[in-house]
Amino acid sequence: MFEFKMPSLGADMDKGRLIEWKVKPGDHVKRGQIVAIVETPKAAVDVEIFEDGIVERLLVDPQTEMAVGAPMALLRATNETAVTAIPQVAEHPHLSHRARKLAHQAASETTLRVSDNREAMRAVIAAAMSRSKREIPHYYLGNEVDLKPSLDWLSEENAKRPMEDRIIYAVLLLKAVAKAVASVPEVNGFWLDGRFQASQAVNVGVAISLRQGGLVAPAIHDVDKKDLGLLMRELNDLVLRARSGSLRSSEFSDATITVTNLGEQGVDSVFGVIYPPQVAIVGFGKISARQTVQTTLAGDHRASDGHRGGLFLVKIAQLLQHPENL
Amino acid sequence: MNTNLQTPEAMRAALFEILHNFAPEADLNSLPADAPIREYLDIDSLDAFNILVQVHKRFGIEIPESDYGKLVTLNNIISYLTK
Repeated sequence: MFEFKMPSLGADMDKGRLIEWKVKPGDHVKRGQIVAIVETPKAAVDVEIFEDGIVERLLVDPQTEMAVGAPMALLRATNETAVTAIPQVAEHPHLSHRARKLAHQAASETTLRVSDNREAMRAVIAAAMSRSKREIPHYYLGNEVDLKPSLDWLSEENAKRPMEDRIIYAVLLLKAVAKAVASVPEVNGFWLDGRFQASQAVNVGVAISLRQGGLVAPAIHDVDKKDLGLLMRELNDLVLRARSGSLRSSEFSDATITVTNLGEQGVDSVFGVIYPPQVAIVGFGKISARQTVQTTLAGDHRASDGHRGGLFLVKIAQLLQHPENL
Repeated sequence: MNTNLQTPEAMRAALFEILHNFAPEADLNSLPADAPIREYLDIDSLDAFNILVQVHKRFGIEIPESDYGKLVTLNNIISYLTK
């Protein structure tokens, strides 16, 4: 038997509200399956489960607010026999059809309200960024990168592709960052329990500003292993879902390094603030008239030194000179 | 080209529908026809790309990437569609 607990959807979250169960007692669930929708001050999040199992009992009803780590459901492993008979009753036997409908309506209204809740999101960003600047000794490096080979290659590549399948240059930047991590693994992972824990997976957090204000930085998983076409589709999907407020819990919590591309707003360079517990954020400014881009690294000096951070930025630049290999 | 979208007014209305999906909070009627849409509505490069994909689907025209720079304002787009 194991518990499904209120997940931490970011270093800054201490509680969440269950909006809706996506499973019921007796359901077989697979690792990665979305089992619940949880509301945080930032968004309503589709929460995934991290173990296969069978739902034994749901411990809380929708609209319940819980601390991170509080048990929400009991499950048994698929090879475990039921210790107690599961009563085969409806999901919420005490709720009439009308009551369930009302609860559902209330849930959707809550979700809508949340996406408007600028104050709450500001508070979450304030907490995370304050913690970052309080705890993380940042160092900053910058490098001007010739982007012409990448842009020329991309024009040729896009000319061969139907319009819907074209790729934007930001995807090349994400891939170059993810591949460069292999040379300098100490920028990819988490600072936890007083030490750096490198991550095998390269999950790149993408800073996405929301039109209603605020930002989120959900992750694209295994960016180093995916081809550019797939990354473009995943980036598109991620941005769309970030703006409509339907991100998955794993996207919220498991970025191992973040990329911010403020060139969009026309600034030359960006010196990022690291999202704890990550240890690095890479920034890209706007493309200059000479087709160069200012690439910056904010690194956690506990996890890496400027020398290694410098090698990381140089590696990104080298990879962008050979976009055909990305 | 879609036969329902031949007048500049109809094109403009269709473009507004597309833009509304990307900038729902914007008052599109106040968007000057000769203003750069991206800057005016604070559209990032991914959304700019997706807007052009929607224009391509809605109007049934191919837009080579080398033409993206010709599609900056409402007037630009309408004259591109009527050329």
